[in-house]
Amino acid sequence: MKDVGRHPRIKLMTLSEVEDVSGYVGNFNVKVRRKARYVREADCTACGECATVCPVNKYNEYEVGLATRNAIYIPFPQSIPSSYVINMADCLSKDVITCNKCVEKCQKRCIDFDMRDEIVELKVGAVVVATGMDVYDPTRLDEYGYTRFQNVVTSLELERLINAGGPTGGHLVRPGDTKAPKRIGFIQCVGSRSHNRGNPYCSNICCMVTIKNSLLIKEHYPDTEITVFYIDIRAFGKGFEDLYERSKREGVRYVRGLPEHIEEDPSTGSLRLKVENTTAGCIEEHELDMVVLAVGLEARKDGDKIRHLLSLSQTSDGFLAESHPKLMPVDAPTRGVFLAGCVESPKDIKDSVTQASAAAARAGVILSSDKIKLDAAIAVVDKEKCTFCELCVQVCPYSAISASKQNKIAAHVTEAMCAGCGSCAAECAFGAISLRHFEDAQYMAQIEAALAENPQDTAIVFACNWCSYAAADLTGTSRLQYPPNIRIIRTMCSARVNEKFVMQAFKLGAPVVLVSGCHLADCHYMAANRSTVKRMDRLWSRLERLGIRPERLQLEWMSAAEGQKFARVMAELDERRSKVTPEEIEQTRKALEAADKKKVA
Amino acid sequence: MADEIRIGVFVCECGLNIAGFLDCGEVRRYAEGLENVVVSTVNRYTCADPGQQEIKKKIRELNLNRVVVASCSPRLHEPTFRTCVAEEGLNPYLVDMANIREQCSWVHSTDRKAATEKAKDIVRIAVARARLLKPQKENEIPVTDAVLVIGGGIAGIQASLDLANAEHMVYLVEKQPSIGGVMAQLDKTFPTMDCSI
Repeated sequence: MKDVGRHPRIKLMTLSEVEDVSGYVGNFNVKVRRKARYVREADCTACGECATVCPVNKYNEYEVGLATRNAIYIPFPQSIPSSYVINMADCLSKDVITCNKCVEKCQKRCIDFDMRDEIVELKVGAVVVATGMDVYDPTRLDEYGYTRFQNVVTSLELERLINAGGPTGGHLVRPGDTKAPKRIGFIQCVGSRSHNRGNPYCSNICCMVTIKNSLLIKEHYPDTEITVFYIDIRAFGKGFEDLYERSKREGVRYVRGLPEHIEEDPSTGSLRLKVENTTAGCIEEHELDMVVLAVGLEARKDGDKIRHLLSLSQTSDGFLAESHPKLMPVDAPTRGVFLAGCVESPKDIKDSVTQASAAAARAGVILSSDKIKLDAAIAVVDKEKCTFCELCVQVCPYSAISASKQNKIAAHVTEAMCAGCGSCAAECAFGAISLRHFEDAQYMAQIEAALAENPQDTAIVFACNWCSYAAADLTGTSRLQYPPNIRIIRTMCSARVNEKFVMQAFKLGAPVVLVSGCHLADCHYMAANRSTVKRMDRLWSRLERLGIRPERLQLEWMSAAEGQKFARVMAELDERRSKVTPEEIEQTRKALEAADKKKVA
Repeated sequence: MADEIRIGVFVCECGLNIAGFLDCGEVRRYAEGLENVVVSTVNRYTCADPGQQEIKKKIRELNLNRVVVASCSPRLHEPTFRTCVAEEGLNPYLVDMANIREQCSWVHSTDRKAATEKAKDIVRIAVARARLLKPQKENEIPVTDAVLVIGGGIAGIQASLDLANAEHMVYLVEKQPSIGGVMAQLDKTFPTMDCSI
């Protein structure tokens, strides 16, 4: 930590948040809000005199509420930067200077109430997202009485209670009466591995956290009786099984089975629980002085902002999705952005460090090059066909297109800003803008080829490369089965699907067509799939006007992680396909041909 | 001069991942009958060196100007085959992939006939697209040699130090008043049982 503070090539900005990101790989423009600290960081010596006179006492975040802090405080003794900070929301002088005690006390005169937030603009070539996670809040699982019983604590609270730098100086006491607990129970998987309560996934760290803490307690208080209630012990890492065995040798008792609820004896503060020991096949009753809930990890509640700013996507568990689970595990789907630590999935310190070094190496590949190549698949304008209507400008999620109706200036694409979603090409009614390598003619040829034989048995699926096409791949990797009548056409974004593609499919005899893309908030191209929605609405009304059942055109959102959903949607689509009769297909063909003739006339 | 379109279709068995569930030979024969397809071959592993050598050899011998690889997802191996054809002097954008593994053999593994028919269709669709592919040029852009690291927990700290030690400028942005994250709240840590800070 210290190395970060003094490294000549690291500019550390604490109390800071990324407000805006624009640009692209190699050339991101970033706006960072540096919030006012009200203490001049460079001058503060962290002597702590200011805090001794501060009359305010507030919840101490670092000590997870087991201690208080003042309005002017240092988060913890080894903080980097080593400087005090004023939480202005807590300070008595937040509106008018009414207290001023800290200012009077500070000999270095480094407290400044006039300090204001500052916006810093940066230019960077790559971004590493290491925003971490939230620790599961067990208030929601009230059967363990976390909010009702003082001697039920979380594993994070226990960390502070056994830490020499913690509120008790490392002397383990229970919060209810500050007595040393003699009988401690750990309940595993709190907030993890449950489809009903908390999160369905394994939080990865909690088994080892409990094993580690059981050993630390045994080391200092060998007489303590420790019982761990678990479903499975997952001690899979290097050296982990050794620690598990050691803890058993030290006398920690492991009981396979989770208690349903906990009761408190109000006279002693002791806790009683009943558990089915599934190994022994019997019901056990336990009386304990203190219970530790081994809480899991979950995605940050405030993670959406960064996710949207960098156009990242999340897996169904809320953590950020990587580009490929095996081959690009630290690359984010946005080029030039990399993931490190728990923001990607719950992991321990060693794995976080490993992944962070991997992300640094991957970012280094970009930063060490003078120039990088951009994908050629971007929008290009045929200026002769452009009618200056500005529709392409409106649908471009990256503001990469300029045009002027008023001044009759044809559309122009700033190539480096174009990400290649193709929404503009789908929107242009005059064929003036197309997406290189994903041209209309190529799609029309694919549709024609897909329906060349037995069109009545064929369902056409347009799938977005980043989500639904990836979900289709995952369906395969997972060996899930679906009817073989589906023909998938890959688009980079669902917004690339031109209305004429869909009409062409119906004209050529397709019984059903599905357009699929990323969930609305998770579009790989910012919010390009909002254009998909508008086009689908237009298509549905057009089909209705032509007497074609609108339900023959379907829209589905799925993420890259939803292989099961993909298989289910395909089965449903095929079911729908089987209900479209040859007569209906023929009627559709005639209706569309008549409409075409009318247009020509 | 309007060049004649000459397509090579390379059908991959992927060991038994594809060949185990559909008839690759039949797919190859079907491909060879498609318009503009000059040659079609079956390979055990097209992505492996012998498979790639075969593609290069056929480009050279038969003057191929489009390549269709019927194998796995383009999300997996499109870059592999783009590099492969580029090494033989063909523009990398003149390759298309027919995804007959993730989206065919693996999802229709109980119906060999239907899977084979679908694979033929997928190849036909890819060939139709390949006919219309055009060579593309990738633009080059300059890179700013600086990096933004968001988050100053253990992961952000490690990434920042590695990048700064590799001579890159690092901007480390942390929401809290100190770096350290959750790690700084922990007592001893496993597996070494030493201090977290």
